[in-house]
Amino acid sequence: MFGPAIIIFRETLEAALVLGIVAAATRGVDRRGLWLCLGVLAGLIGSAIIAGLTETIAQLADGSGQELFNAGVLGVAVLMLAWHHIWMASHGAELARDARHLGTAVKDGQRELSAIAILVALTVLREGAESVLFLHGIAMSGTSSLTDIIAGGALGLAGGAVIGMIMYLGLMRIPLRWFFSVTGALLVLLAAGLAGQMARFLIQADLIPALATPLWDTTALLPTKSLLGSILHVLVGYESAPSGMQILFYAGTLAIIISCSALVKRRQTGPLLKPTQA
Amino acid sequence: MKLRTLFAALLFVPLCGLAADKEFTLVIKDHYFVPSEIRVPAGQKVKLIVENQDATPEEFESHELNREKIIAPKSKVSIFIGPLKAGKYPFFGEFNQATARGIVIAE
Repeated sequence: MFGPAIIIFRETLEAALVLGIVAAATRGVDRRGLWLCLGVLAGLIGSAIIAGLTETIAQLADGSGQELFNAGVLGVAVLMLAWHHIWMASHGAELARDARHLGTAVKDGQRELSAIAILVALTVLREGAESVLFLHGIAMSGTSSLTDIIAGGALGLAGGAVIGMIMYLGLMRIPLRWFFSVTGALLVLLAAGLAGQMARFLIQADLIPALATPLWDTTALLPTKSLLGSILHVLVGYESAPSGMQILFYAGTLAIIISCSALVKRRQTGPLLKPTQA
Repeated sequence: MKLRTLFAALLFVPLCGLAADKEFTLVIKDHYFVPSEIRVPAGQKVKLIVENQDATPEEFESHELNREKIIAPKSKVSIFIGPLKAGKYPFFGEFNQATARGIVIAE
């Protein structure tokens, strides 16, 4: 029972942390709960479908279909995060102001929330499909009883959910003055980390060169799969043995999102600074 | 406009890797990797072909090689690794860690 629980916990951890961060980051936006639930639900349904299609996907692109699929999913997730951050650059002040008055949620955040829902769905989908495959596999192998498998899966899921909840509650304790800066920074780092993972899949499929393999190796110090390593992997994209190309993707994504947000912010405040030119 | 720039930047990915790479085959049978030790040339990219003969899925995973890939039951996938520095790179099957263990030796 504990073997399955640990594996399901690991798979759930990333999705739970992402959910905790985006739930906090969308604070004050009207109907966020509905959109987040929709995202999780869509992700769970998608997991079952993708798990069923694993073999078909794997056989595409000369045995590298799985990498292309994962890279595509990660690419869309990065775009959704980028959009969110750029949207926040123009609405952040408004959100911070309104969040102080209970019940006055930002009304025009619906399109932005659909991007967040897509991000949540894709994150749940990636981790969920692996969980479904794994649980289905041990169910078929007959080494564990069905009750053990269900109990193990539920225990792992609950463990992941607790970590996600701690993340959310912890973030919500941050004073409003800094709140959206912190969640914004977390989401940009998350996007950069996902872009790094995307690069890894493209390298694994031999579509792009690795450049340096690895650029550094801290596996002995802090393995990516340890609990702390996993949490840092989600939060800041930590990897114990990344290739040079992954770091390029990571840094490039950081640079693009930050500079686009800065441009949007400057355009918004621009006219106010130069009233005489109007 | 901003998003389009972002799209263009993310899609601007250099394509390469057309040269033929050395291939090595690995079989998963009864939750063991066969062979459990693979010697590959250092300093060049190689293609691992992993065939899962079991009725259950497996995930090929290696922190040292920085690779992870699900292999459906009764199916075959390819995983590109390297170019590696000379050394030992352990790998394992995440779904059956007690038995499914192996090592890539680059030399």
